[in-house]
Amino acid sequence: MTVARLLVPAQAKRGEFVEVRIAIQHPMETGFRMDNNGRVIPKNTISNLVCRYNGAEVFRAEMGSGIAANPYLQFYFVAQDSGKVELDWVDDAGAKGSASAAIVVT
Amino acid sequence: MRREAAPRAFPSSLGIGIYANGLPALRATRAGQGHTWSRAEGWGGGTFIRLLVYSFTLFCLAVTTADAAQPFRPDPLKSGIDFVGAEVRGLQQDDFASPAMLWATRGEKLWATPAGKSGKSCASCHQDARVSMKGVTAKYPKVDPGSARLVNVEGCINICRTRHQQAEPLRYESDELLSLTVYVGLHSRGMPMAVTIDPQNRRNFERGRDLFYTRQGQINLACTHCHDRNFGRKLLNDTISQGHGNPYPAYRLEWQTLGSLHRRLRACFFGVRAEMPPAGSQDLLDLELFLAWRAQGLKVETPGVRR
Repeated sequence: MTVARLLVPAQAKRGEFVEVRIAIQHPMETGFRMDNNGRVIPKNTISNLVCRYNGAEVFRAEMGSGIAANPYLQFYFVAQDSGKVELDWVDDAGAKGSASAAIVVT
Repeated sequence: MRREAAPRAFPSSLGIGIYANGLPALRATRAGQGHTWSRAEGWGGGTFIRLLVYSFTLFCLAVTTADAAQPFRPDPLKSGIDFVGAEVRGLQQDDFASPAMLWATRGEKLWATPAGKSGKSCASCHQDARVSMKGVTAKYPKVDPGSARLVNVEGCINICRTRHQQAEPLRYESDELLSLTVYVGLHSRGMPMAVTIDPQNRRNFERGRDLFYTRQGQINLACTHCHDRNFGRKLLNDTISQGHGNPYPAYRLEWQTLGSLHRRLRACFFGVRAEMPPAGSQDLLDLELFLAWRAQGLKVETPGVRR
């Protein structure tokens, strides 16, 4: 069970910059570490993260070993219509996660 | 107010006096004799002087016993957050950016998830944690009335699981146990630490206190040497804090994950190259009680963020 948090303001004015904040619980294994038996722990980072606003992609991130565990991301987009902000991500091990939030534009 | 570290072999009230008032005569005499007595004999062994010295020793004992419940405490108490930089402080204050809050979110889900044969969740008995768990963490560790053993919040959650949910206890330091502990602690955030030392837990308190003042490991340091005498100074690149447990379970940037107070304490044992007691062991529980007493009045910061 992984936790992903997505924060979008519930309401916004049309044409306004909207702040989106994302936090995901993920170990972000670098692939450079070894376990207690000396075996390499395979690299496992969030390889692809996509954020869509009413179906249109507004943000994409491809993260590698340089990003710390439990990544925090923040970006802005311009509010146009009421609708849904959806977050989907997949990691190197194939695990998927998602979160969504609604926004009302007046 | 600088104190000598007391050897662990002082089980009696005399041992308490060592930390309590630091009278040189008492500090130098291991069992209340020796130095003082030999000097009295050196003066000719007059009965009057003997009596005088004897009554003075008794007086010292009385004074130290009266003060016994007051080992040294840093004054003013400062939370570890006062010893970190602005970025880390900002991370702790921002409930969204703080990675520790991910565990709290997960804890909130687990709170309402049924576990074990009983099919009960935490919420089945305790209902809304915002009400039932308010101020709970601030009063732990406590003696569990059922088993008469000292338990911390982690231990209490596991007691609930085995006794009421008929579920397997969660492994110490597992994400599930940490998440629930953080979620419970969240409802004490901002409240002053308020353990009480009573006849039930006094023995644990004394053991924890003795451990705090006992030199450990190859480096041969006691907790007191860093956290009472040298807080605010540098240890390599790090600023030494007063060593309070108020933010735990906390997210440490060094760990890249959330960890319990016992994990942090084990790191200190490792640092002085001492044998590390297992997480959840009696030694660490007793130490946790002493630390909670020592931090009385400091605000609970669970879940904190540290370097």
